Amino acid sequence: MSVRFQVLSSFSIDALKANKMRSFLTMLGIIIGVAAVILMMSIGQGAQQQVLSRINSLGSNLLTVMPGAAGQFVRSGNVNTLTLKDAQAIAKLTGVACVAPTVRGSALATCGNKTWTTSISGTTQEITDISSLEIEQGRFFSESDVNGISAVAVIGQTVYENLFDSGADPVGSEIRLSGVTFKVIGLLKTIGASSGGDDRDDTIYIPVTTAQIRLLGTTNQSVNQVQVQVQDINQISTVQDEIASLLRKRHRLSDQADDDFNIRDITQIQNTAQNVTGILTLFLAGVAMISLIVGGIGIMNIMLVSVTERTREIGLRMAIGATRQDILNQFLYEAILLSLTGSFFGIVFGVAGSKIFSYFAKWSTAISIQAVVLSVVFALIIGVFFGYYPARRASRLNPAEALSFE
Amino acid sequence: MSTLPLISCRGLTKIYPLSGVEVHALRGVDLDIERGEMVAIMGPSGSGKSTLMNILGCMDMQTEGSYYFDGVDTGDLDARELAGLRNKKFGFVFQRYNLLPRASALYNVEIPLFYSGMYGDEVKNRALAALKRFGIDDLADHRPNQLSGGQQQRVAIARAVVNNPLVVLADEPTGALDTTNSLEVMKILQKMHIEQSVTVIIITHEPEIAGFCPRKLIMRDGKIISDQFSASDVRR
Repeated sequence: MSVRFQVLSSFSIDALKANKMRSFLTMLGIIIGVAAVILMMSIGQGAQQQVLSRINSLGSNLLTVMPGAAGQFVRSGNVNTLTLKDAQAIAKLTGVACVAPTVRGSALATCGNKTWTTSISGTTQEITDISSLEIEQGRFFSESDVNGISAVAVIGQTVYENLFDSGADPVGSEIRLSGVTFKVIGLLKTIGASSGGDDRDDTIYIPVTTAQIRLLGTTNQSVNQVQVQVQDINQISTVQDEIASLLRKRHRLSDQADDDFNIRDITQIQNTAQNVTGILTLFLAGVAMISLIVGGIGIMNIMLVSVTERTREIGLRMAIGATRQDILNQFLYEAILLSLTGSFFGIVFGVAGSKIFSYFAKWSTAISIQAVVLSVVFALIIGVFFGYYPARRASRLNPAEALSFE
Repeated sequence: MSTLPLISCRGLTKIYPLSGVEVHALRGVDLDIERGEMVAIMGPSGSGKSTLMNILGCMDMQTEGSYYFDGVDTGDLDARELAGLRNKKFGFVFQRYNLLPRASALYNVEIPLFYSGMYGDEVKNRALAALKRFGIDDLADHRPNQLSGGQQQRVAIARAVVNNPLVVLADEPTGALDTTNSLEVMKILQKMHIEQSVTVIIITHEPEIAGFCPRKLIMRDGKIISDQFSASDVRR
């Protein structure tokens, strides 16, 4: 078998060499297909890695408590089951490093003759640790500002750019948020976009109490979310359970009742992001595979022409002793050789293309072994699939007729 | 050993369905050829000579009738076994040589050996020996387009006999050659017949070529109309 394989494949190689230009053009379909699969998958997986590393930078020892049952749409104003007092109670649990309750809203900010619509984050000073906020100028508000319901504000870079002349010192100046006057006490350093693409610098931070009472008019102390930083990352699920039982007790839920809150940890967000980017990668690869299939049809087309052209040769080979299986194998090997050689060059171009893409698009790409193996295996299957029909046709020729074929 | 002759045909009929019309290429051929005979088949074109030769060489199947080769009914053999017969028992020589154009003379002679499962030095040595037998081993590296017609036909004969067949089937082997080369090729075939008792069957139009053969068949309209042994040759 192996010797026969060597001999028959050498016949195949000779045939492909004899028609170099045609062999190359046939391979081109496979080359482009394999290169496209590798390139698309590397772009998709690069995107995935980037998103995940951004999520990780948010901190993996964070729990986020949201009002409303899990999986339920949060209807603003309707779900107000989570309060500032809940947050204070959570802060007293063991294993909890710090807690930042947040109310969110948006407001029209005015400074002098400039106005800017921005988002308001009413929170406590713990947010600086939890969200890794850093001060560029001035200071962040303190616990006494929160307790004292002070009208002070810390602004993000985007807010600064839109409300102040560049170079102006914002600290000490006054801005009006929806008609309420606040004193700017600090300016944050640039944070950058969030994993969701939001501009996180386009935010004004004010004390949570001030936001509830003076700005948003919240009556029952409800908050939109409570972020909890856990001391030890290994304790994260224990702490999660403790928070859940604490809140059920505080909310006087009967044993049968569902939670009126939900707790997410960052791994859930990671999983979601991974799923979404995974689907994106599959979609890209699927599109690229269509071009591989088209390449396979090209192989079949050329092989059919080749069988017709070489009918006399097939007849002669049969006359001097080739079995049908020999003829079938010879043509099948030709198809497989075309797809394998094509996929080799496809890998080269795919990898090079991915490097070039990441260089010019400033978007890191990741070439995975799976992508390479997948595309080669797929190319091989295509070679066999589309090569089989012409090969079989060749092997079924009648020797006498084939030999007298003009 | 069988008591049958090497080749034994009874009532061979071949019908080609040609665009709705049935063409009767053979209309009941009875033929016995003993081992070691040298036979010429003559007749006008369309008389069924090539069809008969294709069936004798297991390249094609008769529509009706029986063909026993070496005691075996070829109708009982499958495609694989027929390929094995063509490879080991028959050697084909064609009017147009039918050499692979991009391969060397040596490689052309090696191909039947590959198909019989041989490999390595044995293939090369046997192919070279076959070329040497016909005095063209110095042309082993040449491609067919670098050889004269006579040289090409000698390569083709070397290919036909490299597996030591029982029968050499030659379909107008001299049809494309000049007189000198024609005589040369016929001497080669005659020598094989005499020295090695190879059965040789030759299709030809030319009486001088047929003159080399002790037995002459003449075909017309799919039938053998004459089967003569020349006076000089006494049938074994």
